[in-house]
Parts: sequence; structure tokens; C-alpha cells
Amino acid sequence: MPASVKITADVIKAHGFKGDEYPRLLEILGRTPSMTELGIFSVMWSEHCSYKSSRFWLKTLPTTGTCVIQGPGENAGVIDIGDGDACIFKMESHNHPSYIEPYQGAATGVGGIMRDVFTMGARPVANLNALRFGAPDHPKTKHLVAGVVAGIGHYGNATGVPTVGGETNFDKAYNNNILVNAMCIGLAKTDKIFYSAAKGVGLPVVYVGSKTGRDGIHGATMASAEFDEKSAEKRPTVQVGDPFTEKLLIEACLELMASDVIIAIQDMGAAGLTSSTSEMADKGGVGIELNLDLVPQREPHMTAYEMMLSESQERMLMILKPGSEPQAEAIFKKWELDFAVIGHTTDTGRMIVKHKGQIEADLPVDKLANSAPQYQRPWVATPPAARILPEWVKAPASNLGALKTMMGQPQLASRRWIWEQYDSMVRGDTLQRPGGDAAVVRVHGTMKAIAACCDVTPRYVLADPVMGTKQAVVETWRNLICVGANPLAITDNMNFANPERPEIMGQFVGSVQGMGEACRALDFPVVSGNVSLYNETNGVGIPPTPAIGGVGLIPDYSKSATIALTAAGELLILIGREEGHLGQSLYQLIIADKAEGAPPPVDLNDEIKAGNLVRALIREERVSAVHDCSDGGLLVAIAEMALAGGIGVELYPYEGKLPAHAAWFGEDQGRYVVAAKPGVAEQIAERARLLGLPARIIGKSGGNGLTLKGEAALSLAVLRAVHEAWLPGLMGA
Amino acid sequence: MRACVIVFPGTNRERDIAEAIEGVSGQPSRMIWHGDTEVPKCDLIVLPGGFSYGDYLRTGAMAAHSPIMRDVVAKAKAGTPVLGVCNGFQTLCEAGLLPGILLRNASLKFVCKDVHLRVDNAATLYTNRYRTGDVAQVIVAHGDGNYFADAAALDELEAENRVVFRYATPAGEVTQAANPNGSQRNIAGIIDKRGRILGMMPHPENACETTLGSTQGRPLFESIVAGMAAA
Repeated sequence: MPASVKITADVIKAHGFKGDEYPRLLEILGRTPSMTELGIFSVMWSEHCSYKSSRFWLKTLPTTGTCVIQGPGENAGVIDIGDGDACIFKMESHNHPSYIEPYQGAATGVGGIMRDVFTMGARPVANLNALRFGAPDHPKTKHLVAGVVAGIGHYGNATGVPTVGGETNFDKAYNNNILVNAMCIGLAKTDKIFYSAAKGVGLPVVYVGSKTGRDGIHGATMASAEFDEKSAEKRPTVQVGDPFTEKLLIEACLELMASDVIIAIQDMGAAGLTSSTSEMADKGGVGIELNLDLVPQREPHMTAYEMMLSESQERMLMILKPGSEPQAEAIFKKWELDFAVIGHTTDTGRMIVKHKGQIEADLPVDKLANSAPQYQRPWVATPPAARILPEWVKAPASNLGALKTMMGQPQLASRRWIWEQYDSMVRGDTLQRPGGDAAVVRVHGTMKAIAACCDVTPRYVLADPVMGTKQAVVETWRNLICVGANPLAITDNMNFANPERPEIMGQFVGSVQGMGEACRALDFPVVSGNVSLYNETNGVGIPPTPAIGGVGLIPDYSKSATIALTAAGELLILIGREEGHLGQSLYQLIIADKAEGAPPPVDLNDEIKAGNLVRALIREERVSAVHDCSDGGLLVAIAEMALAGGIGVELYPYEGKLPAHAAWFGEDQGRYVVAAKPGVAEQIAERARLLGLPARIIGKSGGNGLTLKGEAALSLAVLRAVHEAWLPGLMGA
Repeated sequence: MRACVIVFPGTNRERDIAEAIEGVSGQPSRMIWHGDTEVPKCDLIVLPGGFSYGDYLRTGAMAAHSPIMRDVVAKAKAGTPVLGVCNGFQTLCEAGLLPGILLRNASLKFVCKDVHLRVDNAATLYTNRYRTGDVAQVIVAHGDGNYFADAAALDELEAENRVVFRYATPAGEVTQAANPNGSQRNIAGIIDKRGRILGMMPHPENACETTLGSTQGRPLFESIVAGMAAA
């Protein structure tokens, strides 16, 4: 776009400025912006970069704690995991691009989040992802699943970072707005963490990585708008990834980071050169001057506007100690990457962009980084949903028959077709692969391990944003407990529809409130995160989907647990309160074909009691298998443990006060199933009761199927066939 | 045993295999950069797994023309044992050190999972700690592991007992269902005529610790150490 383009009302609108935002820009500048300046402000003020609808509420979340080294505000969150080791992680969405171009959209989502992590000095050691697709029978679903999974897989596989876990939902509410949330975890030393503040004047600004092209221009603006019929035309704004270059960039950056020449470093993600330069300069309290003639360019005749807004992938910006350029350049040349000094820091407080002898932008850095509008958008709370009593939901002809049906449905069927496309084993530290409650990755050369998982149940959050998000946090926490970890901190990925609608903003506000309550009670702070709004097409939005990525530490991985039953003749104990809550349950959804009522309530005190007990049992090596009860309830949890271990279970008939199907399929929270030897099992139940937690022995391991008195037995072979068949069937193997 | 592990841009399992070797030999491996022109004197050259040159052009095709490969080929011809795993196998085929080629998986998808390998020849430098007919559980992790050669070349490999590993069931039956990638005759690993150069798609280096799910890849590295000591 030539600099001579006139700034008309249409041009302003096309740049996403709304309401009084453009007049506000005029007031800040005291003059009409140049085209390049308009573009720069449009991306910095986009929802994606400025968090203008969400920041007010996000500030209410707990972000500090004993383990927190760096909370939100840097490229990623940093926590202390002892012995001088730090764990650096974040989750980020790539929803809009993945719908338009699934392979590249998902691949560059993975690439972007990995750069956020290694830019802080960490080697990426694990990737996870949380995916939401539309109805299985929607004409685009198969194409989107195939593309997204291949894109995630190829990027992680080729960079040599294991993809170890995640979750996938199918729901018609995502038909026109899929969600692709990628999480990366890295490890560093606490005394070798790199930040983005460009402190110091006269320092070289260095560009490394790939050349700049015209791809992804205005990607951040696209990600801040709803979709309509013409969205496919936005394909050119989707970036193209090159995991080979990313792999070289990781190695080159980590090699340079082993020295002490880097003052600040940041990746060029959303809004590319614009956001990296302005944020680094602002944090360092300096000005910055760039000469775009020196930027490595992939194609000729690029304008300043295009270069400042390009979202070409695999690029980083560094501020180096003066004189260290040759040393740094040698490393990047060895890895066959571009290296260019493109400017320097100044004491003027201004960002000056020169191109072909012209000044294309001359802007105040602090205003650029900090003057985005902040909205307290009007909101209305989601009306409370009624509690559904267990007896209101009809009983099945057979509980095991209902289980068999449920285990073959899109909500519960095996995700093996997805995760077998991910290299989960590279680097030789993956102690628990996908398929369990949480992935476990060893801290190389130690007995410590990181546990990680992603969780949210959108139908709960839709029914009650406060309780549903509380549930998402506790489920994440429970999944970390299940493998024997101390849950430490979370990253959140807030996926919502259009916040300009008060009921959607109300979902967001409720969700933040529920998250805050749970995180405070569990001492489980939020250290990083990402907000994706406007997940909406023609006025129809997604269900609120606050994906929670949790990280925990296992101090000694020889004392951890998996969901797999390991021996016959052991007793299964259910720990936790049984209320038979069927509102919003999968039983209600699949067997009764309804999604009604309030989600299961969360009692944070009971969660803590049950979690601490289960973790103690794992550390004392009293239990041989552990699984929490979540989607599908108790019977599904038992079935998953049986399938994972290849050992059946004789189920003891339910003799309590609830309807039996509510006991087997209720989704009451704060519950675990553990397996232990006879004798030990009774002691475990007694310990739970002493803590005020109900516990009962629910069955005995053994045999080659699930049996329940009065019902036809369900063999593991049949159950496995049903469970494994659905997704390959959908995808055509 | 002194091993040199060749590192290309995009290689990613160099540490995994170096540590597997060190685990049995007690000696660290030297990492050799692809841009070097000479492999230092050593007992074993390893071409590890990964995505050398991003798998651009064809898997292993660009690595086969890296500066270091001239010396790898020369040393291999002079008798230095060479082990190529996954991308290393692809590179050995592209460099002409082993016959055949690795095509895109028949499923057209990357596959990472446990597989079972039947040891068809336990009389090699790389397999003397197994017995013929043993079954080893290891993982595969590749998008292009579909071994292809024409019928005459396959017949020759089999006639010369140079198919070292085949994909099989846990009971050792060679079935189509046990084949993760569509390889001709379920071939997972082959050796050169002189028994010095082994190429295989699965990753024995990720099957050397109970905590990673299997130790049944470890005998491969023990075999090399034992074979060297005997030589």
C-alpha cells in the first residue's frame, strides 16, 4: 500500500478502528498519521494485541505465588521448580487462521508459542494442544481435523519437540469457528532467563531468522474480528510456517544465550516488527530507530507499511551488547539464518522508522505501547441454570449397555488417531504419553518430572460461566494430582464470542471470576495466557471456552501413577462425594439426548482434601492406578482404567440412595478412583472418611471385561473396538 | 567404543542415541557437524533421526550431499560400521550405501507408536545380543518409513539374510496389521552386504529404559559393544 494513499473513512474502518478510536489517535499524534503509522496503530490497538476488552477483568486474577518468577506481561510465564531449574510455559490460540487454512494456521500456532517460550531462554520440551471442532457430520469438519492435526504434528515433529498431550471436542457450536489452542513448555535455569526490556541507549537492534515477506499482514486485526461469508477471502492473511527454520532458530538462539551478550530478546509474533520493537523499547524506557532498508526481505518492492505489519514466521528481534555483533552473527550464519543490524536504541522516546531515505513513522513509544483504549464493556450475568435432580433423567435398560454406547460417541471415543500423528517420544524424556490424565516429561538427567494437561468442559461453562470455569481449573489440578504431581501454576486461553454483546461479556466476566476463586483457593496462580474474542460467524458465537493449561512438578518420578490397572485381584476405591449430578452430564447428552440444567457444583475445600490424600497415597506407593472422575462419571473412569491396563473389573452393585444410573454416570466433582491391594484398600477408605470424605469400594480388578450383577457382561475387546473405531471411521482410517 | 554422531541442520534425536550408546559403552559420543569434511577416527558412525534440511526435496536427499557425507561414505567403504536410524536410514539409502528407498507411509500420515520387531538375523554386529526370532518392542516416529525396493532387490536381500528386522505382532507373526507404514515385506531394518552398515526406521534409542516403556532396544547397542570387543 503506497504511502500516498489517502486516509479516508473507509481506510480507517478497514483498519478496524471503531467508535472514537480514530479521533483518539489524532489527539495522541496531534496530526494526521501516515499510512504506515495508521497500520502500526491499528495492530497495536487490535483486540489481539491490546486486550482492550479483557484487561480490566484479567487484572483481578491471582498471578503471584511462591513458585512464580514471572507472571503475565512477558512472552511467557516462568515458575521455579527447584534446584535452579525454571519451567517456562504459555498457551495461545490460533483459531481464526486455523479455520481459514487449517494446516498452516495450526502449524504457525505451534511455532508462535514455541518462540514465546525459547525467547525467554528455555529449551522447549513439550507441546500440548486443546482443539474444538464442529459436529462430526458437518461438511468441513473432516477437512479441518485432518489439516489441523497434520499441521500441529508436522511443526512439533520437525522441530524435535514432543507433543505429549491435549484434548479434543466435537460440537456443532464450533461448526464455523474452530478453536486451536497450542501450549508449549520449556526448561531453563533460573539464572539464565531472558526478558524483553531494551534497557540502554545506542544498542544495536538485531533481526534474526527468516526473511520478511508479505504474509500475515493484518493477521492480528483479522483475529480481532468476527467471520462472515467472505472470510475465506482472508486466506492471504494466514502466515506460512517453516519448522525447519524454527528448529535452526531454537538451536542458534540457545547457543547465543549460553553467552552473556543478549540484553533483550523477543519473537516477532502478532503484529511482527511493530509490536516487538515498540514493546521492547517501551519496557526498556528508550526510543528506537529502525532502517527498513536493512531488513532481510523475501520479495522486492515491499513498502514500510508491509514490513512493519508482516507476520512472516520464524523471526526474532534482539538487543545486543555493543561490539558483540560479530560473535552473534557467526552463530546465526553457522545455522544458515539471516542476521542483520536494523537499527539502534535512542534516548528520544520515539519510534522512528526510515525507509529509502524517508521517515515513514515517527511515534511516541510510550503512547504506542500503552495508549490503546481500555473498555469496561457492558455485561449481563448468565442467568442461573436450574439443578436437575437425578430421578428426572431416565434410567438406561442396562448400565453397561449405556457405557458401551457412550464410549463410542464423539465426546468419549479414543483420540488415538490424533495423537499417533504426533512424535511424543523425541528427546527420550516422555514418561507418560497421551491417553492418561496428564502427560509426564522428565527434567533430563534428574528424577524430577513436569506434569501437564489441558482442560475445560465448555458445556459446563455455557450453563454457568462461574462454576464451569471453576470446574475447569479444578479438573486441571486433579489431573496433575492423578499422576502424583504438585500442581504449580496455569496458563489460560480465553476463547469467547463477540464481547460487544453484553451476554458474551457476561460469560467472560463470570469465567474470570470462577477462575480467580479456584486459583486462589488452590494456590494455583495464572502465569501467562491469551485471549481470543470474536469467535463468531454471522452473529452466532462459540460456547465460552476458557481452556486451562496446568503444570505441576513430580519431585521423584519413581513415585508417580498412571490410569492403567496393573494387576488382577486389587480393589477399586471411589474417593469423594456422590450426589448423582446428571445436569450437563454426558449421560444426559448422549443417552437422554438433552443438555440441561446446572453443571456439577465444585467444593474447593473437598477438592483440596481429596487431592492431598490421593497424592499422599501415590507418594507412599499404596495405590497402583489412579484416575479422576470427569466426563461420563464413575463408570467411564473405571472403563478407561480397565482399557488402559487390559484388565477387567467386577463391579459391585450400587446399593446407596441414588438411582443407580446417577451413581454410575453422575459427574460429581472432587472424585478419584484408585486401585490398591485388599487390606490396603480398606485402610485407604478409612483415611478418607477420617478427612470427612466419603469413600467406598466399588469393584475388584480381574477378568477380561466389565461385569455387573444382573447385566450382560461387557468384554474389553468389544469395548475397545467401539472406543477405538469412531475417529478412524470418521476420518476414513 | 568411540562413536561419532553426525548432526545435520534439522537432526533431532542425536542426544537420544548418544545417551543410549553411552548407557552401554560408558563413553560419550562426539557430535560432528554436517559442515565438517572429516569424521574423526572412531569405531562407529551414527546418522541419527530427525528432519535433516526439513525433509525438503526428499527425506535424507539433501543430507546425503552434505560436506561430511563424502567422508562418511569413504569411511563406510573402508569398513567403519555405520548405523542409520530413521532419517539416518533414509540418508543411507539416498547416499547409495543401502539399497531401496523410504516412501511416504501408506497411510499418508506421520505415525508415532509402539511396534514389535522380529529379529530375522541375530548374527550381525548390531544384533548378536538378540536371538533370531526374538521380538523387541520399540517405537516408530516417522512420516516416510515405507521401505520400497523392486522385487529382485528384495529377493536378493532375503537370499543374503540381510533383512535384519521386520514389523511383527508381539508373538512374532509378520502380518499386514503389524506393519505401521506399508513397507515391502514388513521390512524395518536392513544391512549391507558386508554386514557393517545397518539402516532401520524404528528407534531403539528410545527403548533403553523401563521408565520409557521398553528396554528391548538396548540389546542393539550392547551388540555393537560386544561385537567390537570380539573383533
